[in-house]
This record gives sequence, C-alpha cells and structure tokens, in this order.
Amino acid sequence: MSTVFIALQANEDTRPIIEAIAADNPQARINEAPAMVKIDAEGRLTVRRASIEDRIGRGFDLQELHINLISLSGNIDETDDELTLSWHA
Amino acid sequence: MAVAAIGKYEFEPADALEKFHGAQLLYIGWEDHLLFCAPFAFPFPPTMPFRAVVEEVLPGSFGYHPDFARIDWAQAEWFKSGQPWRPDFDKSLAENGLRHKDVIRFRTPGLRGIAGSCS
Amino acid sequence: MDMQVAKKKLGLKEKYQVMTRGLDWEPSYQKKEDIYPYASYEGIKIHDWDKWEDPFRLTMDAYWKYQAEKERKLYAIIDAYAQNNGHLNVTDARYINTVKLFLTGVSPLEYMAHRGFAHAGRAFPGAGPRVACLMQSLDEIRHAQTQIHALSNFNKHYNGLHDFRHMHDRVWYLSVPKSFFDDAVTAGPFEFMVAIGFSFEYVLTNLLFVPFVSGAAYNGDMGTMTFGFSAQSDEARHMTLGLEVIKFILEQDPDNLPIVQRWIDKWTWRGYRVLTLVAMMMDYMLPKRTMSWKEAWEVYFEENGGALFKDLARYGITMPRCAETIALEKDHLSHQAWGTFYNYGAAAAFHTWVPEKEEMDWLAAKYPQSFDKYYRPRLEFWREQAAKGNRFYNKTLPMLCQTCQIPMLFTEPGDPTKICYREVDYQGSKYHFCSDHCKEIFEHEPEKYVQSWLPVHQIYQGSCFPEGTDPSAEGFDPLAAVLQYYHLEFGRDNLDFEGSEDQKNFDLWRGQATKNG
Ligand SMILES: [Fe+2]
Ligand SMILES: [Fe+2]
Repeated sequence: MSTVFIALQANEDTRPIIEAIAADNPQARINEAPAMVKIDAEGRLTVRRASIEDRIGRGFDLQELHINLISLSGNIDETDDELTLSWHA
Repeated sequence: MAVAAIGKYEFEPADALEKFHGAQLLYIGWEDHLLFCAPFAFPFPPTMPFRAVVEEVLPGSFGYHPDFARIDWAQAEWFKSGQPWRPDFDKSLAENGLRHKDVIRFRTPGLRGIAGSCS
Repeated sequence: MDMQVAKKKLGLKEKYQVMTRGLDWEPSYQKKEDIYPYASYEGIKIHDWDKWEDPFRLTMDAYWKYQAEKERKLYAIIDAYAQNNGHLNVTDARYINTVKLFLTGVSPLEYMAHRGFAHAGRAFPGAGPRVACLMQSLDEIRHAQTQIHALSNFNKHYNGLHDFRHMHDRVWYLSVPKSFFDDAVTAGPFEFMVAIGFSFEYVLTNLLFVPFVSGAAYNGDMGTMTFGFSAQSDEARHMTLGLEVIKFILEQDPDNLPIVQRWIDKWTWRGYRVLTLVAMMMDYMLPKRTMSWKEAWEVYFEENGGALFKDLARYGITMPRCAETIALEKDHLSHQAWGTFYNYGAAAAFHTWVPEKEEMDWLAAKYPQSFDKYYRPRLEFWREQAAKGNRFYNKTLPMLCQTCQIPMLFTEPGDPTKICYREVDYQGSKYHFCSDHCKEIFEHEPEKYVQSWLPVHQIYQGSCFPEGTDPSAEGFDPLAAVLQYYHLEFGRDNLDFEGSEDQKNFDLWRGQATKNG
C-alpha cells in the first residue's frame, strides 16, 4: 500500500483538526516540521467534519480546510461530511 | 517529429553563424578540472591560428588553476565532439576543420585537479 | 477564525453541479470549433467533457470567501513583520540571498502561470476544468502579488531586489526558469495542463515550496513563511486539478496515452532541471538547514511520486525514464550548482560564499558518497585562495544546454568526474545538450528549441548591452556593459557575501536592535 499525506500549517486553527485526524485514523503518523505538520497514512486517510466539530464546539465546513492546507497526495473525494485521500494501487 | 501547431511553424535559428559579426562559436572544455564548472564558449574568427587560442586565450580562462602552469601541451590529448582529434597549432581554426558551434576538449595526462579530485 | 457556516440549501455535490455545469450553455449560432479553436490540434481526443469533476467541488462563491480569509491573515502578518523590522530576526544575512533568488526567479513565473491558466481555461470546451482553471489563474496572480509585496520589505534594506522583473527577462541564470515557463505557455492547452498542472504542480511543487517555506520558518523569516504557506494553501487545489486532468484525459480515449506519457517524461525533466536552483538553495544557502536536497527528493519524489505513478499504472502510465538519471544525480546536483554560482559570482544578482567548516561537515554527513571525495577539495581550495585575496571569479562565459539553458555543469550519469556532453546536427548546425533527456526533448521538437534565447550567445551577438553602447569604442568592457544591461550594480548586488554591503548593514542594524546605542 502506498502512503497518502496531508500537510497543514501548525497553528491554533489546525490543532483540533490534527487531533481529529489522529483520532479517526489510527494508522496515521504525525510528523512535525518547522511551522507545519505532515500526516502520513498507509493507503487512505479520512478527515471527518463531525470529529472536528466535536472539538471546536461550532459548525465547521470542510472547505475551511483550504485556509490552512499546505499540501496533500492521493486521490481526493470530498462530500459535506468527509474528505478522503486514497491510492488505488 | 514536429511541433504540434495551429499553422505553419518555421522560425530562424537564434544562433546562425551570420549573427556573430564574423566570429564563429567554439566550445572548449578541460577534462578532469571541474573547478571550472562548465566548458567555455568563445567567439573566434575562423582565421584565428589554433596556437593563438592555446597561448593567448586559454591562459586567461584556465590560468587560475595551479595545474595550468604545469601543462605540457605536447602531451595533451584532444577530442572533437568526444572523438580523438589532432589540431595543427599553426593552422587556423577553419583549416583545422572547426565549424560554428563545434566542441573540443583536452586532457592533460598526469594532471587530475585539486588533490586528484578532478576539481 | 471568524466564519459563519451558512445554512445549506444544497449539498456539496448538487451545488457544484449548479455552479459549474449549470452556468454553461450550448452555443446556438456559432460553431463549437470556432469558439474553442485550440481544443483538438494537439491530438488529444475528448468525448465527454462532463466526465470531469473537481473532487473538492469548490465553487466560485466559496472560493472568494476562503481566498479573502487567506489574504486577511497574510497581510496582517506581513504588516506586523515590516513594522517590527522582522528582517533582523533572520539567522544571518546570507539567508536573504534565497529570497533574492526566489523573487527574481520564481515570482515572475507565478504571473506567467496566471496567464497560462487563464488561456487554458478559455481554451477548454468543458465547464468543470474551465472553472478550476479560472480559480487557479486567480490564485497565481495572487501569488505573484503577495510575493512582491512581502519581498518588497527586503528591498528597502538589501541589495539585488530592486529590479526583479527587468532581470527576469535578461540575466543569464534567470533564463532557466523563464524559458521553462515560456516553453509551457507556448504549448497547446492540454500540454500546458500536463506540464504545469500535473508535472510541475503535482510531481514537483512540493520540492519547491515545502522546503523553501519550511526553510524560511527555520531561519526566522516569518514574512516569507507566511506568503509561502498562503500560496501553498492553494497548491493542494492545483495539485488536485493536475491529477484529475491527467486521469480525465486518459479515461477519455486510449489514443491519448502515448501523447500524455511523452509530455510527462518531458515536463518532469524540464521541471527537475529548474529545481537545480532549489537544490543548491537547500544545501548551501539556508544558514539553518531543514533537510538536504537528497532527502527532500527521496520523500517528495521517490516516495510520494512513486505512489502516484503506481496509482496511474492502471491507465498505462509509467514512471518517467528520467527518474533513473535523477537518482544518479541526487548526490551531486546541489554541489555542482553552487560551484557554478561561485564561479560566476561576479555576474549574479545575489551573493555567494564558501560554506563554513561546520556546514561542510553537515554536507559530508548528508552526502557520504560524494561530498568529501569530489566537492570538499574544490571548496577548500577556493576558501584558501579567497583568504589570500585571490577569490575565484570565472570571467569566461560558459557553454549552455540548448534545451534547459543551464551551463553544461552536469556530469555523466554515474561518473561525477566527467562533464556530460550530448550533441545533435540539425539542418546543418550543431546543438548541444546537458543530458540525454534535454537532447530527446530537442529532437522531438527541434523547430521550437532552435529559437532558444541563450544568454551567452546573445551576449556574443551583441544583444545584451545598454542601448547606444558602442562595442568597438576604445576600452570597451563587455562584462561591465552586460551588468549595466541587467541593471545589476557591480560591487553591491554581486560578488562574495564576505565584505558585502548586505553583510555590513545587517551586522550594524542587528547590533543596534539588540544593544543600547
Ligand atoms: Fe503559484
Ligand atoms: Fe539541459
């Protein structure tokens, strides 16, 4: 299985997002670099709106991710509830 | 193959001989001396004697290297487009068969750059 | 962040349908071929444009909202950085040379990307890719503008940044990024998308932005870090566009595969050659290093790019062949590139230097196969000579590669002691190349690359002197005239960092900032 990743700026907006990703994707590895966090996962990674909302205590639109997104890899599928990164091979 | 284009696609080459005011380009590299990061490009008149290139031009370009003063030009091996080649020092570039944008290099046996590192 | 989540009337998928394809229409009194005249000449066959969908499903209304938020955050930080003399917090003034290289070499490409995506978007008959290209075109002009704004703060204090746009079109090493992008925008819309959208954005952009921006953060440059991350936040969308376009083209018709594969091979190599500048920046120009070029290549190309090409194998796409050559170059690239700028330090609009001893030890640890054997002796010799007042400035112009326009500094794959020479005879003239890959690119489209504006040849043709210069005048100094043509001020913008005005000013100002006068 190939690795997918998502990289986010390290700031107060992204702290709960990173926590949510870590909780929802037990296979994910969190790598901290200067001013950014890169999250690698084998094959697949899911960002769930509900998990983020639980942590921030307000409604969250997954497209808000764009503000702090640095990079990613994998095929993307986004709905109102989830953003998924995956490789087919 | 050809460029995919919406019409006729033909343009002048940017570096035709006529554009160099009577000079032709010659590229010269010194093997095993990569302190000089790349071969040099020179505009020379085709009538210039090869000896003038070696004795009057190369010292200014390669002379910074401590190996340069140790070169025995009689031992130097020359290559043109990568193939062994013998220049006649007393003939001109044109008489030596050098055309616009030819590339020549020389190897100086026994000289292998700073501390033998090919620098 | 203060953002209200609007009560949704439509789900993301429905909204995307309505706001992209829903805004498109079928022409009734003009022929489709006349409206989209560039859609077929490259040989790419598309049967159903509606099969293309943006997986982020971003629509223009949401786009404006999030981009505005990014801009507000960015300019607040840039202002704070300027007000607090943030430039004095960088590790040391050598760092600022990376910023000079970026502004002169990369920011003008952002503007060209803006133009390129506007053109590609206009040329595509499908509403989905058209909207995505429109967004990317707007992103790219934002990148150009925010970079210029952020870096103008450095221009108030340091040399070499005063005329970046003028320099971009003229200075010898800037012809490398410039000609790369000119090559892409003069291709058709599909090739442009594969060149920039896929090969550059998806395969290579992480190597440009992530190490550069992380490096800025690590070296105390908050302004650059912020514009970099702000630009990079758009990049995820660009990468996605690039990948989706490739998948879409390949799914549309089996005849598209060989064309797309050739473009991927070509543009991965073209992009990689431009990244030579990034390699030396990472290994030599950042006073505090984040990771080596080789490590970055392994993470972002070999690992992530490897996963990407494995995924694309189901369409018949293979890893570009140049990857093998690149693997052989990764121990050498940054050292050979920095050596070149050290050679021509009198003709560059930034400063160069020999790394300190601890920096050489870091390089030796990161490059155990190559640094001590091939590059340390060269650098130490230069340092000894400079200490004796004999700093090396190469004054003879180098031979350039006809395709990538880089001096012929690269060595034979597998033999770092021999320059790699390749040549082709075309219509009675010789053309020279740095590599098999640059040669193949030429051979495929010689009519295009015979037009290369090679700075060295242009200097010899007399095209690079200020207007009114008489090269036959008594005492004419060609190097001085070329630097004037570049708007590069001798003794201020160029030469070694040691003894430069930048170095003196930075020390003075930092002293004033940290001590009582
Ligand atoms: Fe950009
Ligand atoms: Fe090349």
